[in-house]
Amino acid sequence: MVYLTRKIEFSASHLYHNPAFSAEENRRIFGKCNNPHGHGHNYVLEVTVAGEPDPVTGMVLDLKELKDILQKEIIERMDHRFLNYEVPELVGQIPTCENIARVIWELLEPRITRGRLHRVRLYETPDLFADCYRDGVEGAGQ
Amino acid sequence: MKIELTRRYRFSASHRLHNRHLGEEENQRIYGKCNNPYGHGHNYVLAVSVSGAVDPATGMIANLGELDVFVEREVLEDFDHRNMNADVDAFRKKVPTTENLCTEIYARLSKFPAAKLERVRLEETGLNSFEYTGESDERNIP
Repeated sequence: MVYLTRKIEFSASHLYHNPAFSAEENRRIFGKCNNPHGHGHNYVLEVTVAGEPDPVTGMVLDLKELKDILQKEIIERMDHRFLNYEVPELVGQIPTCENIARVIWELLEPRITRGRLHRVRLYETPDLFADCYRDGVEGAGQ
Repeated sequence: MKIELTRRYRFSASHRLHNRHLGEEENQRIYGKCNNPYGHGHNYVLAVSVSGAVDPATGMIANLGELDVFVEREVLEDFDHRNMNADVDAFRKKVPTTENLCTEIYARLSKFPAAKLERVRLEETGLNSFEYTGESDERNIP
């Protein structure tokens, strides 16, 4: 098995607010991430696909094909957007790193038809990231 | 799908690799300049990975503020700007290699109540890193 990773970046804004909580609770739980007009990050996304290289092409999947999928599903949907309001999959959810990574997994998983999606890693900052793995696959470390 | 969250922390500390059960020459042979008598220091980078269900109310596996407070109290307060051989009880009799630091830090952080500790990864320098996932025997050299 070979693991292929492609990295992209997108910039977006978000805020954390649960309307079921009081203003004080929102502030206590979410801190400055609750500031009402939102704030932004440069997100870095690493997408890892696992598979056997095709004996004819030597590729797990065509990187151009993966690039096009990431452009259409992620960049066009999330780049330079306010995630709470402009990304339908995140409307009504708290756009934490965990939830954004899960939405990205759900968007990409059915589109990867050569090899299998192995891991989605989303960095919100260099010191904070979330990983999504297929059920039953142990974390492969860093 | 399984989701993990990773947060990176930093601490600076000094140590000397020296096994008191071995002779001076043998310590020198095994540990080289890491055995120099007055010790030396590193800027360590600690990556802490946790997993668990994402709370739909907060969008989080664990509240980052709570994780930060826990790591600060359990590890950073004890290690940062310390001489680990002299100041950290666990290393008065155990050699503070980065392997042993990993298992010690894992044992401390495995008590985090809000999520499951998956692994700790410790970079001693940008070129050396160690990971511990808690599944192997602890057979530390005294």
